[in-house]
Amino acid sequence: MTEKNMPLWEVFIRSRTGLSHRHAGSLHAPDAEMALQNARDVYTRRGEGLSIWVVPSSAITASDPADKDTLFEPTASKVYRHPTFYEVPEEVGHM
Amino acid sequence: MYAQALNVAEQATHDDPEKLARFQARIDAEEKIEPNDWMPEGYRRTLVRQVSQHAHSEIVGMLPEGNWITRAPSLKRKAALLAKVQDEGGHGLYLYSAAETLGVSREELVEQLHSGKAKYSSIFNYPTPSWADMGMIGWLVDGAAIMNQIPLCRTSFGPYARAMIRICKEESFHQRQGYEIVMTLARGTPAQKKMAQESLNRWWWPALMMFGPSDAASQHSDQNMKWKIKRFSNDALRQKFIDATVPQGHFLGLTFPDPDLKFNEATGHWDHGEIDWAEFNRVVKGEGPCNRERIKARIKAHEDGAWVREAALAFAAKRAARKAAAKIAAE
Amino acid sequence: MEAPLFTYTLRLADNALVLGHRLSEWCGHGPMLEEDLALANMALDCIGQARNFYTYAGEMEGKGRSEDDLAYLRDCADFTNILLVERPRGDFAFTILRQFLYSAFMHPFFEQLSASKDERLAAIAAKAEKEMAYHLRHSAEWVIRLGDGTEGSAARLSEALADLWPFTGEMFEVDAAERALIEAGVAVDPASIRPLWLETVDRVFADALITRPKDVWMQSGGRRGEHSEHLGHLLADLQFMQRAYPGSVW
Repeated sequence: MTEKNMPLWEVFIRSRTGLSHRHAGSLHAPDAEMALQNARDVYTRRGEGLSIWVVPSSAITASDPADKDTLFEPTASKVYRHPTFYEVPEEVGHM
Repeated sequence: MYAQALNVAEQATHDDPEKLARFQARIDAEEKIEPNDWMPEGYRRTLVRQVSQHAHSEIVGMLPEGNWITRAPSLKRKAALLAKVQDEGGHGLYLYSAAETLGVSREELVEQLHSGKAKYSSIFNYPTPSWADMGMIGWLVDGAAIMNQIPLCRTSFGPYARAMIRICKEESFHQRQGYEIVMTLARGTPAQKKMAQESLNRWWWPALMMFGPSDAASQHSDQNMKWKIKRFSNDALRQKFIDATVPQGHFLGLTFPDPDLKFNEATGHWDHGEIDWAEFNRVVKGEGPCNRERIKARIKAHEDGAWVREAALAFAAKRAARKAAAKIAAE
Repeated sequence: MEAPLFTYTLRLADNALVLGHRLSEWCGHGPMLEEDLALANMALDCIGQARNFYTYAGEMEGKGRSEDDLAYLRDCADFTNILLVERPRGDFAFTILRQFLYSAFMHPFFEQLSASKDERLAAIAAKAEKEMAYHLRHSAEWVIRLGDGTEGSAARLSEALADLWPFTGEMFEVDAAERALIEAGVAVDPASIRPLWLETVDRVFADALITRPKDVWMQSGGRRGEHSEHLGHLLADLQFMQRAYPGSVW
């Protein structure tokens, strides 16, 4: 194959609901401005977004699946981080 | 295509049995498999093949309906059809992206389509000579696709499942717009009714073939079910489609081109006649009415666009170089 | 003699429909998948604008003509679009440069029309203005990339410019009926758009390393129903079903 690959971009969209930008998918584009416009045309055809981020896929550093236990297992035992760990008398009401 | 699938399954047995068992346990626990996770070579290959074929089908599928965009009989229909065909392009794009997470580039996948190495859904090798075909494709072809696609939202490979969720959400209007077209024709003039019936006669059997060979003949299904790439058998999905669709057609006063089609009180299902598998195999092999022209149209679009992609990349490189030079000059 | 406001609205509708039709011809044949979707979005915007203008024109006329009657049941001589939009789609350079030249005019045009004393026109224009802003942004970026891309792409862009430029003059034409609407604060005076349009064109062309042609004869006629050979073929496609099955509901 002689054709040069068009760079891959990851697209993040912030929706109307006010939540943070969320990964929507990816696309190919020659540069950042085109990636932004393409993201608008590809991922917001139904009024899904209010803001778009595009990031070159190559710029993302991902955790290694093999590190899953090392990275995420230790938090499982920290029950005191969750609200249900603490007792509040019923009379006090919702807290 | 199906012989290839058998080879892939054999390949899978060379994987480390311990890893394989752990992998299967994750699948059984309904965990999603992500691109960087360990996976059997057979699983990877099956997925690349299935997801890319799915993507190719969306892209080639733009052509038979695209044939009517400029001739849609009202502005409302024109806008809806254009939006639908555009969606299919978007869906192809999401699926190519999902396949790319497995380490194949879109360029490679497109090359496989153009060289004939990769297949796409055979339904798109049938022509669309009449406007009624736009209705029939939406009602039957998208209807059949939805039967396949809803279970795929829970498929074991994460990126594929996520793409399918987005696709299913967006496609919800596709089948309805098709049925509405058919309904308008069925309630229209005698010429319009005739147009609808004639189109149903052409599309019914190819639509049933979309679910693939009967379970008895499809030997690669077992492994795919075990890996939860596929979650229902071909025949089960086909039956579900027939049961849903036949009453919808009767409601419009249309007849299905199958003299053996009748409701079975005992099973609660519609029994149907024998599918012409010789035709199915012929079209899969490349001898359908439009196979050659569909691929040629794709190759032409790709080749005609080569200079555009080249120019955009050249500009991006120049701009990056200018920026770098300006930075050096400023320092 | 038709009512001036009807003619004015119909011209806006015809421009949008014919250009939308040309853009829609790309669907499934774009240079890359992402751009295929972008072209379809622009086509959908134009078709949407056409529907709004036709509906308004039909109501204003008061003869019960619907958007589809106006789009599907008039012949070439009754169409009032400018010649620019009926040119065949050509290659991607042609399509994108036409979109640029057109939206560089239509964006400020709709911006002004959204202040029209005619409320319906103003409302349609307010929506269309945002759409054209995006068409302008997208097409301008492409014009720059094609002009400053490769030798081949620059040559194609120059060729397209030579083909398209003689059709840009018609955007600025005004007839007597329109003059009255302009004076009444209903219509936009295209002369007021000209400096803005030239500024946009020159700015983008500078980045695209091309210059606008000087002193060429400007083609004209579409607004009066005098069309090229191409519109008839476009209408043959567009109107086929309505002509073959008259009076049917679709």
